[in-house]
Amino acid sequence: MQSTMTDMETSAAKPLTQILEQIAEHKGCGTSSEGGKASCGSSDGPADMAPEVWEKVKNHPCYSEEAHHHYARMHVAVAPACNIQCNYCNRKYDCANESRPGVVSEKLTPEQASKKVLAVASAIPQMTVLGIAGPGDPLANPAKTFKTFELIAKTAPDIKLCLSTNGLALPDHVDTIKAFNVDHVTITINMVDPEIGQHIYPWIYYKNKRYTGIEAARILTERQMLGLEMLTAAGVLAKINSVMIPGINDKHLVEVNKAVKSRGAFLHNIMPLISAPEHGTVFGLNGQRGPSAQELKALQDACEGDMNMMRHCRQCRADAVGLLGEDRSAEFTTEKIDEMSEVVYDAESRRNYQALVEAERMEKVAAKEAAMANLDTTDIKLMIAVATKGQGRVNEHFGHATEFQIYEVGSAGSKFVGHRRVDLYCQGGFGEEETLPSVVRAINDCHAVFVAKIGGCPRDELKAAGIDPVDRFAHEFIEESAITYFREYCAKVSTGEIEHQARGDADIRQGAYIAAA
Amino acid sequence: MAYKIVASQCTGCSACEPECPNVAIREKNGVFIIDPKKCTECIGHFDEAQCVAVCPVDLTCVIDNAYPRYQA
Ligand code: SF4
Ligand code: SF4
Repeated sequence: MQSTMTDMETSAAKPLTQILEQIAEHKGCGTSSEGGKASCGSSDGPADMAPEVWEKVKNHPCYSEEAHHHYARMHVAVAPACNIQCNYCNRKYDCANESRPGVVSEKLTPEQASKKVLAVASAIPQMTVLGIAGPGDPLANPAKTFKTFELIAKTAPDIKLCLSTNGLALPDHVDTIKAFNVDHVTITINMVDPEIGQHIYPWIYYKNKRYTGIEAARILTERQMLGLEMLTAAGVLAKINSVMIPGINDKHLVEVNKAVKSRGAFLHNIMPLISAPEHGTVFGLNGQRGPSAQELKALQDACEGDMNMMRHCRQCRADAVGLLGEDRSAEFTTEKIDEMSEVVYDAESRRNYQALVEAERMEKVAAKEAAMANLDTTDIKLMIAVATKGQGRVNEHFGHATEFQIYEVGSAGSKFVGHRRVDLYCQGGFGEEETLPSVVRAINDCHAVFVAKIGGCPRDELKAAGIDPVDRFAHEFIEESAITYFREYCAKVSTGEIEHQARGDADIRQGAYIAAA
Repeated sequence: MAYKIVASQCTGCSACEPECPNVAIREKNGVFIIDPKKCTECIGHFDEAQCVAVCPVDLTCVIDNAYPRYQA
C-alpha cells in the first residue's frame, strides 16, 4: 500500500479541507471531501492510475480499508439466475465468491429490495453502498437489477450503487450501467487463458447456446476483456475479483493482474478459494484445496506493484445489517419489510452521523501520524491480529471475536492486510478447548493479538503458541497502538531482551460461516 | 410433446423462465414448471432446448414421456 503521509505535520493546525485531502491521499477517503482537489501534496495517487479515476476512488468508502471500518455496504439478492457455471459454486447456495458459503440469501423482488434498502439506510447511517451480486449474475437478470437501481436512486440519490458480474453479459449493458450512474462494477475474472479457464468453468450459456470446455472459456474471457474496456471507456470504475485456486490459476493470476491493469481496472482483489466437501461444489467434492494465508499474501504482494490491492474483502456480504458483528438482520426480514408502510428516508440524520464519523477518522489518522514520528528504520516486520467491532479501535473481547483483522507493521508504518474468520471462542461453555487451537491456526502468522479483554486460560495458551496477547490497548485506535507496540518491540530486540523471529503460516477458515448469518 | 422440470432438483433460480421462446415456464411454489401445452421443445426457435441449456442443475429439465414428442 502507498503510505504518503510521512511529510504531514500535526493535523490540528490545518484547515479542514486540507486535512480531508490528506486523508484522501492516504486512501482514507472521506465521504464529505467533495471540495478536495485531484492532486495535493506529494502524491497524485498510484503512478499507473488516471487522475480522474483516482479522484473517484480516493473519496470512496469501499476502497479505503480504513473507511471500510466505518461504512458498510449492503447486498440485496434480486438476481438469482446465472449464465455460467463455476466449479467453486453450488447454485443451491450463494455464489461462493461473493458471500459466505453455506448461507442462502432470500430472494427479493425489486420493490421489496428497494424498501429494505431504504429502511436499513434510515436505521443504519453507516450504510452508504448498495450492491447487487450473487446468488446469480445481476446482468443475467437485467430487468430486475436495473429496476431495483431505479427505485433506490429515486428516493436515496446519496446511496452509491454497485454490481458484481461474471462479465459474460457485460458488453450488452454498459450503456445502461452508465445511464444509471452506477458507481462501480466488479467483474470476477479468474483467468485470461482459456486453457486454464476450462478447469474453472464447465459451461456458459451465451446467445441461446450452451458452450463447454475451451470454447466456453474463450468466449468468457473475450467478453470479460471487452466489457472491462467498455467500462473504462465509459468512465465507470471497474474492480476485478479473482479467486485464487492453488494449482489451477495461482501463478496465472499475475498475468490476469497485468491484463486487467492495462485495460483500466483500478483495483484487483484476490481472494482465496473457499472449498469444503459440504459445500457440494465441484472443487469441494474433488478435494481442491484453498490457499494458505501465506500463499495468498505472497500472491497479493506479487500483484500489488503500483496497483491497489484490496485486502479488506471478507468474502462475505459485508452486510450493513450485520455490520461488523452487530447483526441486525432480524429487524429487516422480508415479513417485517412487507409490514412496513411507506419508509421515510432520513437523509438528515444520515448526514449528521457521517459528519461525526469523518471527525473521528481524522482524529485516528492524526494519532497514527503522531505515533509514526521518529520511527527507526529496521527490516523487522510484525503481523498483529486485532479483535475489533469497528471504528478502527481495539474494542472486542478475545472470546467474542468471530474474525480478526490482520495488520502488518514495520518502519514504513502499519497496513491492513486482511481478515481471518474464526470460530467463536466463547461458545457458552462447550467446545472451548477445541476452538482455541483453530483460533491459533488462523492467526499463527501473527506475533501478537490485540484484544479489549482476554481470559487467563486462552492467554496462557496463546503465549505457549508464541503469540503475545495484548490487552493494554483496549479501546485505543488500532494503527496507533500497532505502531507503539512495534516501537517497543524493536527496542526490546535491540537491547537483546527478545529475539525477533518470523512466524509460520496460517489457515484460512473453510467452513460455512453461520454464526453471523 | 414437451419438457418438464423435476421439482426436487429445481433451485428456483429462474434462469430458464425468460429464455423460453414460448413463455411456457412459470414459478409455482418456489420452483418452476413448464406448461406442456405451450412447450415446443424449442423446435422452430433454437437448436437446443433453452431451459436445458441454461439450467444449472443437470437432468432437471427433461423430456416428459407422458407426452408424445413434438411435431413441427
Ligand atoms: S424446451 Fe424450449 S419451449 Fe420447452 S419449456 Fe424449455 S425453453 Fe420452453
Ligand atoms: S433453470 Fe433449472 S434450477 Fe433454475 S428455475 Fe429453471 S429449472 Fe429450476
